[in-house]
Amino acid sequence: MFEASALNRKNETRQKLFRFGLGTMTGILILPVVLIMGTLIYKGAPVISFEFLFASPTNGMTAGGIFPALLGTVLLVIVALLASVPLGVAAAIYLSEYAPDNWFTRAINLAIINLAGVPSIVHALFGVGAFVIFFKFGTSILAASLTLAIMTLPVVIVATRESLQAVPMAFREACWNMGATRWQTIRRVVLPNAITGILTGVILEVSRTAGETAPIMFTGAAFFLPLLPQTVFDQTMALSLHLFVVSTQVPGMPEQLPFGVALVLISMVLLMNSLSIALRMYLRGKKKW
Amino acid sequence: MFEQATTPIQELAISTEKLNLWYGTFQALFDIDLSIRQGIITSMIGPSGCGKSTFLRSVNRINERLGYVRISGTIDVMGENIYDPAVELVQVRKQIGMVFQRPNPLPISIRDNVLFGHRIHNAGTRTTKIEDDEIVENALRTVLLWDKVKDRLDQKATALSLEEQQKLCIARLLPVKPGILLMDEPCSALDPKGTEAVEELIWELRGQYTILIVTHNMAQARRASEECIFMLMGKVVEHTETGQMFVTPKHKETADYIEGRYG
Repeated sequence: MFEASALNRKNETRQKLFRFGLGTMTGILILPVVLIMGTLIYKGAPVISFEFLFASPTNGMTAGGIFPALLGTVLLVIVALLASVPLGVAAAIYLSEYAPDNWFTRAINLAIINLAGVPSIVHALFGVGAFVIFFKFGTSILAASLTLAIMTLPVVIVATRESLQAVPMAFREACWNMGATRWQTIRRVVLPNAITGILTGVILEVSRTAGETAPIMFTGAAFFLPLLPQTVFDQTMALSLHLFVVSTQVPGMPEQLPFGVALVLISMVLLMNSLSIALRMYLRGKKKW
Repeated sequence: MFEQATTPIQELAISTEKLNLWYGTFQALFDIDLSIRQGIITSMIGPSGCGKSTFLRSVNRINERLGYVRISGTIDVMGENIYDPAVELVQVRKQIGMVFQRPNPLPISIRDNVLFGHRIHNAGTRTTKIEDDEIVENALRTVLLWDKVKDRLDQKATALSLEEQQKLCIARLLPVKPGILLMDEPCSALDPKGTEAVEELIWELRGQYTILIVTHNMAQARRASEECIFMLMGKVVEHTETGQMFVTPKHKETADYIEGRYG
């Protein structure tokens, strides 16, 4: 009565086939990640030392450390965040909580999504035109960071808007019905519950910003600088550009040095991403609905 | 008999005149003329989509959040037209509390839930902890919840049972001192025991507040209201004393609905 019929067996074979096929695809997906990380660690780890992280490059960048580039990347990211986070979060709050649902709002939303799709080299040229030349910031940390900020703005806006919209409508209705204004509702109920998602979005943006090369190479990142930057109007070295330089532009480069730089850069990004995931898990554990 | 003796001619809490409402091109309410007396419980019954919730939601102007809602006619609350341009929406909402179908406590502590409205309307004037405690205790006692939660006021309100959450949602309205409580099927998410407890509470509040309660549950309307309004297809068919409506309905439609022939 309960034995498998011919059709059962056929279906079972087919399902096994698909499970195997889909599993293989997933395996192929993981492969590049494993290979990249494996190669970087295998070839780059021997270069990493205290001196490598905290000394300046010497000998035409073929020896010494990467400290100016590391510091430069951190500075670029921080200044970019200072510009894009307040702007992006404010815009997202307006779009999600205040803006009426009409064609104009929809057009703005569409524009934001499209902004995310603009190639980074186009952002770079915009940065040159707007910040370097028009606002006369020159090629500087400020110009480069603002370019990065414009580029990552859509990520912040979309992440913030999504976490605002994840807050149940019932909470807002409860507030409005007690006579709370929109702002009181946002301040006391919506933001406290959306903050997890916003933070996650911001951190993800950091990791994206840290790796960008094109937007900064014309606007503020330098090939090599003997001195560390003193103000935001100075140029700076940056890890991503430094990686490009030591990989392709300098003859007689020790083979392992670029791998070391790449390993530092990717570790920074991974660290940020893990931090974001950990934070999200921690804060989500405290939520109850 | 008893009801009539205790309710002499009273002022009107809510009165509407030729109230029409459209969602876009769909007309949901037709020429509603209603007079709801102050201090009693009035229930609204009728099949789904008959406009009872829509009516309720126009009384505290929550409908207008939807941009495509259009209204004509007047709604007077305590003798004032609430759609007058000079009317401050915050004051309307303060005067008219609303309880929803699904309990919607805020994801903060029980204590903070009760104090939420109070804090919003008294921002700047810092109340002492003792005053706050008193407000919380009074509100929770009124909704018969104090003894159950007094030892865990700092717990999240979302961890309470649905019945307790709904009672808390009612308690939350009280510190703002509303005159009118609107309830949109307040028991439909609760089990029979919870329903009974919340009905008991609503009955307790009678006299202190004007209560307008939308319900699908005919037995509930009968048990827990003094006057009853029957609506059908966006129109008011009948508005009489509850006992009378269920015993000797004036209209055939009312009789058919009460006897469960449609709905």
